[in-house]
This record gives sequence, structure tokens and C-alpha cells, in this order.
Amino acid sequence: MRFDWNWDFTLEILPRLLRAALNTLIAAGVGYALAMVLGLIFALALRSPWRLPRTLLREGLEFIRSTPLVVQIFFIFYVGPQIGITLSPWVAGMIAIGLHYSAYLAEVYRAGIEAVPRGQWEACRALNMSTRDSYFRIVLPQALPHAIPGMGNYLVGIFKDTPMLSVIGVTELMQAANSIGSETYRFLEPYTLVGVIFLALSLPTAGLVRLGERRLRSKLGL
Amino acid sequence: MDLSAYPLELPESDRPMVRFLNVTKSYGSLVVLDNLNLDIQRGEMVSVIGPSGSGKTTVLRMLMTLETINGGVIYVDGKPLTHMVRGGRLVPADEAHLRRMRASIGMCFQHFNLFPHMTALQNCMEGPVQVLGLSKAEARARAEDLLAMVGMIDKKDQHPSRLSGGQQQRVAIARALAMRPRIMLFDEVTSALDPEVIGEVTEVIRKLVAEHDLTMLMVTHQMGFARDISDRICFFYKGKIEEQAPPEQFFANPQRERTQQFLRAVKDAD
Ligand SMILES: Nc1ncnc2c1ncn2[C@@H]1O[C@H](COP(=O)(O)OP(=O)(O)O)[C@@H](O)[C@H]1O
Ligand SMILES: [Mg+2]
Repeated sequence: MRFDWNWDFTLEILPRLLRAALNTLIAAGVGYALAMVLGLIFALALRSPWRLPRTLLREGLEFIRSTPLVVQIFFIFYVGPQIGITLSPWVAGMIAIGLHYSAYLAEVYRAGIEAVPRGQWEACRALNMSTRDSYFRIVLPQALPHAIPGMGNYLVGIFKDTPMLSVIGVTELMQAANSIGSETYRFLEPYTLVGVIFLALSLPTAGLVRLGERRLRSKLGL
Repeated sequence: MDLSAYPLELPESDRPMVRFLNVTKSYGSLVVLDNLNLDIQRGEMVSVIGPSGSGKTTVLRMLMTLETINGGVIYVDGKPLTHMVRGGRLVPADEAHLRRMRASIGMCFQHFNLFPHMTALQNCMEGPVQVLGLSKAEARARAEDLLAMVGMIDKKDQHPSRLSGGQQQRVAIARALAMRPRIMLFDEVTSALDPEVIGEVTEVIRKLVAEHDLTMLMVTHQMGFARDISDRICFFYKGKIEEQAPPEQFFANPQRERTQQFLRAVKDAD
């Protein structure tokens, strides 16, 4: 067995992989946006005064966190149609990723919210602010800097999980590499490139997240 | 709890600004306030003193509706605060009732609790704009007046992290006053401050007493200050009012053994 790296072949498949990488970015981006919004809704609902919905939600999120993403992707794509919800692989995939990561982000937000001192809530009450204003104007802006490191980790995580979408035929990076492999019987270059592209996407993300956190803290005067 | 013995509203002829009527507060089995009865008259300045853990903070927090109560009723300007009238009976207050009633009460905390992500000015505009619905311009004018009153106008664009404790507390007082409360609560507002800046905060409170018709309830450990500005001193001991009197009488001639002990102890500490 020997490694015969072929540069011409590499350059030939690169555009195709980069186009697929764009799909990966879109899937990760949309999935993450969905996760951020759903996660916030869940985090707030977990703090609501109604006990039963709170308990159900907590258990539901625990269930999502403790089952593999790939199972959830299959479930939404293949079981969905049986109950009348037919989704394209793209939509099913992004919903699955968004929902899966919302369960993690809900925890990140919850911890961020809890890190805001109780005195801030009391000041809100003493000023007679509504619960909504207390959250959105006072508590959440202070919770965000606490949440950003965790949010950044899951952003990188979501990138790395996009290859799972290939199981339902979304043409993201992994899927593209697989088809190149089966068309040409060359695997070294496509899979190596996949690794390099993922690295190129993930590394700056971590740096940007740190920068974002610093910027945010100084903008908020914290 | 049987609330039928409590009036739905206090009569015109007997309507203090605040009335605690048989108020009980406990945490689990720990009874923090035991059947508290306390009236505060319109425009009165009452200082609450007493050993640590005697329930002073809890009295203020109940009035600010930061704590629920386990028994009795608190009235503000004759109307029940902790309860509301439904079908001719008193029932525990809902959030809407609390929001209506809270509008007349303001509070300053030992640790200021300013909003760290806002400047001094923004801190003072937040409530007036978001809660009272003032325009930005009106709120700014009001906030700037108050910041000038507490001597903080030249720092109005600073975030709290750039201010000293004394400065933060003065901003916190301005923030509370911007809501135009009729009752102000001060919970050990100088206890977290370095000795050299305590004066700048007590000066502001003196000014309030002299120039405003606010009703004030202040928890403090500064006996001299309490004596100077209060209409009445209330000494708490183990969740009860052990003794209360006008300051001259209270300090010159304390009646109760425990009051005398307490006053001796704080004098020795000074
Ligand atoms: N959230 C709480 N849970 C349990 N106990 C509390 C709580 N808050 C206050 N206490 C207790 O209530 C008592 C009175 O507290 P507090 O009103 O803060 O006293 P003070 O202000 O006079 O020092 C203390 O024994 C304190 O430990
Ligand atoms: Mg206290």
C-alpha cells in the first residue's frame, strides 16, 4: 500500500468540493440560526412558572440530547412522511440539526442567565419593569457574554456534524467526497481535502468567537 | 389563612402611607418576622436598626414585593399591597396588581444593583422610558436633573464599572427617584462603601429628607445619621419590634434592656 498523491486530480475535484462546502456552510448556518432561536425559547420556557410544561420540556430536551443526531435525522426524514409531513432532505436535515443543537444551546443560555446576579432581577422589580423587559433589556444582554464560549463550541460542533446529512442525501461536503470516491476509486485526495476544508472552517470560527466575546463585553461596558 | 378580619381598604381617617398588619414571614420553619405591626405616616422618615439577622432587610423586601408574605396584610396608602379585592374578599395579589401598587415604591440596595451594561444616564432613563412610557427627551431631562441633584451629572456617560461605590450608590438613588415613587426604601446603602465616601451618599439622603415629601424607610448601622434625620427609630430584635421612639428619646433614654445592650455594643464598635 502506498500513498500516491495526485495534484492534478486534487485541483480537478477542488471546485466541486468547495461548492459542496458552501452547502455545508449553509446547512450549518441555517441549522445554527434555528438552534439559537429555539434554544432561547426553550431556555425561557424552562424558567416559566408553569410546572407541567416545564417538566415535559426538560424531559424532551434531555431525550434529544441523549439520542444520536443521525437517528433524529433519519426519524424526521423517513417517519415524517408517514404522519403526513414530507420534507426535502435539506429541510429535514436543517430541522434535525437545529432541533438537536437547540437542546444544547438551551442549556448554555440557561447557565448564562443563571450567572446574572439576582440583584439585577431585584433592581428590575424595584423599577417595576415587566418580565419581558427584564429579560430582554437587562438579563439577556448580561447573560450573552457568559453564553458565547459555549455557543462557539456548538457552532464548531454543528459544522462537524453536517456530514451526517449525507445519510439522507444532502449534497454537503462529505456526500460530494463520497461520490467522487465511488466515481474515480480515488479516496485519498477527496477525503484529505474534506479534512482540510473542515479545519479551514473550524479554526477561524474559534478565533472569531473569542474576538466576538471580547468585543461584546467591551461594548456592554462589562 | 383567614383574611376576613382584615379590611379591604383602610378608612380615610386612619390611613398611614404604609401599614404592616400582623405580617408574618418565614423561610421553611424559620420565622423571620413574627406578627409585625408597623405604621409609617406620610412624609415620615423611619430608620430601622437592629442586630444582623433580625429581619430588617426582610421588612423592606416585603414592601418592595421582592418577597411574598406568609400571614397578614401590607397596606400602601390604604390599599392592600400583598392582596387584592376579588368578589368582596381579599385574595393574594396577582402580578398585575403588584405592578400597579409597586409604582409608588422605590428601593436602593446595599450593593447598588446598577445595570452594568448601561451608562449612569441610561440607568436612570430605563424605567421612565420602558415602564412609565416617557419619551426619550423627557426621560433624559428628568434623569439629568436627578443626576445633577446627586452630584453625578459630569459622570453621566460612564458605565458603573468606572464609578466608585459612593458614585454608584448616588446613581442608584437617582435611578429610583426617576420613577417618582412616594415611598423610598434604603437597605444599608452605605454598608458596602469605603468610609471616606459614606458622607457623599448620606448627604444625598439628607437632601431628600429636607426637600421632598417622600415617605422613607431606611435600614442603617449609622446611629448618628439615623438620629439626625429620622422622625422615628425602630429597633428590631429577632423578627419583632423591640422598641420604637423618636430619635432623641430613643438614644437618650432607651427603655428596653436589649436596646440598651445593642446601643452599648455599637458604641463600643465605633
Ligand atoms: N432567602 C432566604 N432563605 C432563608 N432564610 C433567609 C432568606 N433571607 C433571609 N433569611 C433569614 O432571615 C433572617 C432575617 O434576615 P434579614 O432580614 O436579611 O436580616 P437583617 O437585614 O436584619 O440582617 C436571617 O436569619 C436570614 O438568615
Ligand atoms: Mg440586612
